[in-house]
Amino acid sequence: MPANADLAQAHASARVQGDSLLVELGGVWKITIDRPSWIKIVGRAEPKRVKIVLVNLENWDSSLLLFLFEAQKWCVAAKVTLDASELPPKLRDLLRQIVAAQGKDEPVDRSENPISLIGLAVFDVWAKVKQISNFVGECTLASVRLAKNPVRFRWRDCLSEMQQCGAMALPIVGLIGFLVGLTLAYTAAVLLREFGADIYVANFVGLVMVREMGPMMTGIILAGRTGAAFAATLGNMKAGEEIDAFETFGIRSIDFLVLPRLVAVTLMTPLLALYANMLGIVGGLFVAAGLLAIPPTAYWVQMQTSVDMSDLISGVIKSITFGGIIGLSGCLRGLQSERSAIGVGRSTTSAVVTAILLLVVADAIYAVIFNMLGI
Amino acid sequence: MVENLECGYDDRVLLQHVSFAVKPGEIFFVIGGSGCGKSTLLKHMIGLHRPTAGTIRYFGESFTDAALGRRREMLRTFGVLYQNSALWSSLTLRENITLPLEEYTPLTKHERNELAALRLAQVNLSGYEDYYPSEISGGMKKRAALARALALDPAIVFFDEPSAGLDPVTSRKLDDLVLEIRETLGTTMVIVSHELDSIFSIADRVIMLEREAKGIIAEGNPRELLQSNQDPRVQEFLQRRAVLPATEA
Repeated sequence: MPANADLAQAHASARVQGDSLLVELGGVWKITIDRPSWIKIVGRAEPKRVKIVLVNLENWDSSLLLFLFEAQKWCVAAKVTLDASELPPKLRDLLRQIVAAQGKDEPVDRSENPISLIGLAVFDVWAKVKQISNFVGECTLASVRLAKNPVRFRWRDCLSEMQQCGAMALPIVGLIGFLVGLTLAYTAAVLLREFGADIYVANFVGLVMVREMGPMMTGIILAGRTGAAFAATLGNMKAGEEIDAFETFGIRSIDFLVLPRLVAVTLMTPLLALYANMLGIVGGLFVAAGLLAIPPTAYWVQMQTSVDMSDLISGVIKSITFGGIIGLSGCLRGLQSERSAIGVGRSTTSAVVTAILLLVVADAIYAVIFNMLGI
Repeated sequence: MVENLECGYDDRVLLQHVSFAVKPGEIFFVIGGSGCGKSTLLKHMIGLHRPTAGTIRYFGESFTDAALGRRREMLRTFGVLYQNSALWSSLTLRENITLPLEEYTPLTKHERNELAALRLAQVNLSGYEDYYPSEISGGMKKRAALARALALDPAIVFFDEPSAGLDPVTSRKLDDLVLEIRETLGTTMVIVSHELDSIFSIADRVIMLEREAKGIIAEGNPRELLQSNQDPRVQEFLQRRAVLPATEA
């Protein structure tokens, strides 16, 4: 089957001989190009017998086979005898195979009873709750082991992860923080200017960044960046049986893979949140100085009147929790990943969605607690 | 036909001065120990990598020097069976086979399905059309991957370690299938393997690569090589034994 041959096109012709139809096939039949249509060749003829012969057939593949199969089906439907005796044995054998291959497949029934679906969903939720509980429990025990014997901890992996999720995230966290501060200041300026209270832009930006937006935006960025990376890495390791290899050596994958990541992201998130706070306040300063003509010193002094250490600490506490949530979600979904490319993709998506959902829930809980404590 | 091929990764030359020709309809094995460059050679032959020197020709036409569009056309005359089967996991076996047909042929959906049924029947997987790759065993995946490799009636099918991960019985069945398909379709088979059972069962001809030599150290029928080739590296490989240093009496 030459790849580049200058080939004569497939051709088929039919002529009536008494009550028979003689069909002559020739040329080159290639599956990638159009072939003659059986129906057009037969036309309105109503033979009692169809005989197929090959004339100057140069080269053929499944294209000819499909044509013969079409002829065979037509003959069966019209109750006409098909004489394929002059075809080469190889072609006859293939024709027999394609006829035999049809209709063997019974569609796989993938439908489910709605009631059983509900039951399965309940079992699924219960299994997931158990998995999460086990995972959190194992991580807690691993943390206790770490506290008891810090020498055995994978510090090198932890530092590498800290660099990945901390230092490498500085540009994106900084940019987002700055833009959020800028946006907050613009929004506040529109409202406050009407009351002649321009200077309170500093209070608004400072308080919102330090208590809410700094930790939350950092958390969301890290959920998409670090949480997804954790899930993808661990998912790939699971697919490649690396995690099984840890288990069969008796090495706890939680100690070896999860804890360094968890510690790294939990330590780095508050630092990044503080960095985002700082750049958010600077973003507000730009708007205050540029749009509202507030001197930078006045902005800074005014901000300090409403932002105190308790606000800063509440933001840091939140971001530590957010870091833990991101690390746990990423590692859990990675370890739960199915052993396939699709499974890894799903676990990555799931890690991000789970982390963001839990961040918002945790933020709401903290809002209530801090309110009750008067912080 | 491979002429004076040189290839490697970065600055490291893995193979050099490699020349051989495969005859139409032949079952041709590329054999050798681990790390000798078998899979690298295959990847160059199927266009996944470009050689640093030399030419690969198919039916007299240069594949290495062909323009991108022409290379794509030539690729349609190849089928490849990858080491890990590489079936598309989100598609059923039928869809795995009909996808290339949908891309490159004017066939109707019904005809594509008919052909997919034939291909699956040829690899003894009738009835598994609607199964996903994750629902079948490793041996079945290999056979399904072979059915996909045959989808476009390729002139040549390349196999990368087809027996990898298969038990001896399944591996033997795959060998029988290769012979049967060659018999039925007249397809040329180029197989990268170090499985001696397969080599002696179905190979018409082999080339043996060697890491230190960075190229071919033997070429011919495997049985003839076993009987007549004096190279200890060839004998060591084909007799599956280590060549021990001579001991003093």
